[in-house]
Amino acid sequence: MIEVDRLSKSYGPREAIRNLSFQIKKGEVIGFLGPNGAGKTTTMNILACIMPASSGTARICGLDVFEQSLKIRELIGYLPETPPLYSDMVVSDYLAFAARIRNVPKTRTTLAVDRVIEKCSLTEVRDRIVGRLSKGFQQRVGIAQALIHDPDILILDEPTIGLDPIQIIEIRKLIQELAASHTIILSSHILPEITQICKRVIILNDGEIAAVDSLEALTARLRKGDRLFLRVRQADVGTIDKLNALSRVVAVTQQEDEQFVIECEPHANIQDAVAKLALDQGWGIVELTPASVTLEDIFLKLTLEENEVNL
Amino acid sequence: MKNTWIVAKRDLGSFFSSPVFYVVTTVFLILYGFIFSNILSFFSLQSFQSQQFRGMAAGLNLNEMVIEPSFHNTAVILLLIIPLITMRSFAEERRAKTFPLLLSSPIHLREIILGKFLACMTLVGAMILLSAYSTGYLLLVGQPEVGPILTGYLGMLLMSGCYVSMGLFASSLTDNQIIAAVISFGLALFMWIIGWGAQAAGPGLGQVLEYLSLITHLEHFLKGLMDTSDLIYYFSFILFGLFLTYRVLESSRWR
Repeated sequence: MIEVDRLSKSYGPREAIRNLSFQIKKGEVIGFLGPNGAGKTTTMNILACIMPASSGTARICGLDVFEQSLKIRELIGYLPETPPLYSDMVVSDYLAFAARIRNVPKTRTTLAVDRVIEKCSLTEVRDRIVGRLSKGFQQRVGIAQALIHDPDILILDEPTIGLDPIQIIEIRKLIQELAASHTIILSSHILPEITQICKRVIILNDGEIAAVDSLEALTARLRKGDRLFLRVRQADVGTIDKLNALSRVVAVTQQEDEQFVIECEPHANIQDAVAKLALDQGWGIVELTPASVTLEDIFLKLTLEENEVNL
Repeated sequence: MKNTWIVAKRDLGSFFSSPVFYVVTTVFLILYGFIFSNILSFFSLQSFQSQQFRGMAAGLNLNEMVIEPSFHNTAVILLLIIPLITMRSFAEERRAKTFPLLLSSPIHLREIILGKFLACMTLVGAMILLSAYSTGYLLLVGQPEVGPILTGYLGMLLMSGCYVSMGLFASSLTDNQIIAAVISFGLALFMWIIGWGAQAAGPGLGQVLEYLSLITHLEHFLKGLMDTSDLIYYFSFILFGLFLTYRVLESSRWR
């Protein structure tokens, strides 16, 4: 549905993105992940036909974002980083305006406005002035504005930035609902958000793609081995050595007095051995769990030590 | 065309919901009213005197002595006031970061610009219309010639169109409304007085400067003349301003 081929964009001498290539299939929920200034917003602006690329092509539903931008804009709902709200307008008027410039016929405008107001839970504020709403409501009006013409593709640039935790959960829930019927591109530098919503992530760093893959695949690929987390009731000085002495264990680190992280070879399945050792020694197991590699780990690895990761 | 109107309607709505338009219109009407009543009382004094001395009050021309100077003064007040109306057009969209909404919509850039132009022109038209009570009054109590009044209003509208298109251009350059207002005021004033250089410049260049001046062409309209060359001048002036606006906005997409 979205094909991006060797897309580059430079602002004067500074290159914001370099040679981005990726594909997004219909119905996918994709996360753009990257530190600030990695090129997320630039890429989204190009896809939303707000600015042209310096070189390379991007096609959406077979249409070129530069050549046929007016047609594409009908297919896309875009929420920029700062929601584009006219602060002096009433919510319902604002949405009606958004509907009209998105080519929703006049007769169906009211219907479209009512639909998004319900979908984004804006009923209680529909007659209030946009500028006086709380940040959470403003963000929802921003999402409502992107949904008004029922587009196939949603591009949301950091939809949860600056919200309080409850609002974040609400917006996240809304996006998850939308994911059922839309292709969504979402950007964020908040990692748990991406983990929760997206099936596939594109990690951008310094204008280049550091990785494109599903979360599971990324995790699996970056795992150099398995990790176990062990917490016991009482540990002694020799505990580390004894754990180290087990076969297939690579390294053991002690986090606190009674907590250990055991790194072992991939697929070693040493839980039994660890448990047996702990029982024999009478340490008293409190917790023994596989410690998975989180997206944070991947992200940091890719963006900070990218040379070590061979992709 | 439909999109142009949608953009214009939204802009008008935000003008009418903000105090700027009301304040600007009030100031305009007070200034105009003051000037008009002064011109009128000067005229009645003169006609009274000429009646006393020579008994030829009918010889004083209402068009020449009241309507024309009123139009002149309106043109000057509009020069000061239109930049305040046009300054927010694009500057505010940029500052409030609402421009992406328009840019990501299936609507052409020229429709956005025309919509903004239409909105500003509607306001200026409304202001001129509100000030027309003066000519209405003259028509009621005297017998001015109607032709020059109509061409006068047409000239005023066309000249306002030039101010507006320069104002939109200035507004597209910056996200600061004050800077936009100052630039458009400077441009408008410069185009107004550019003819002053005509005498100092050589005959060739002098003629060009004379032709470029906004005020030269207004004179013809106020005298009741509707010349194609003046119409062409005003229309091409407006189009050129809008074209520059288009180029600025288009190129800011690339940057």
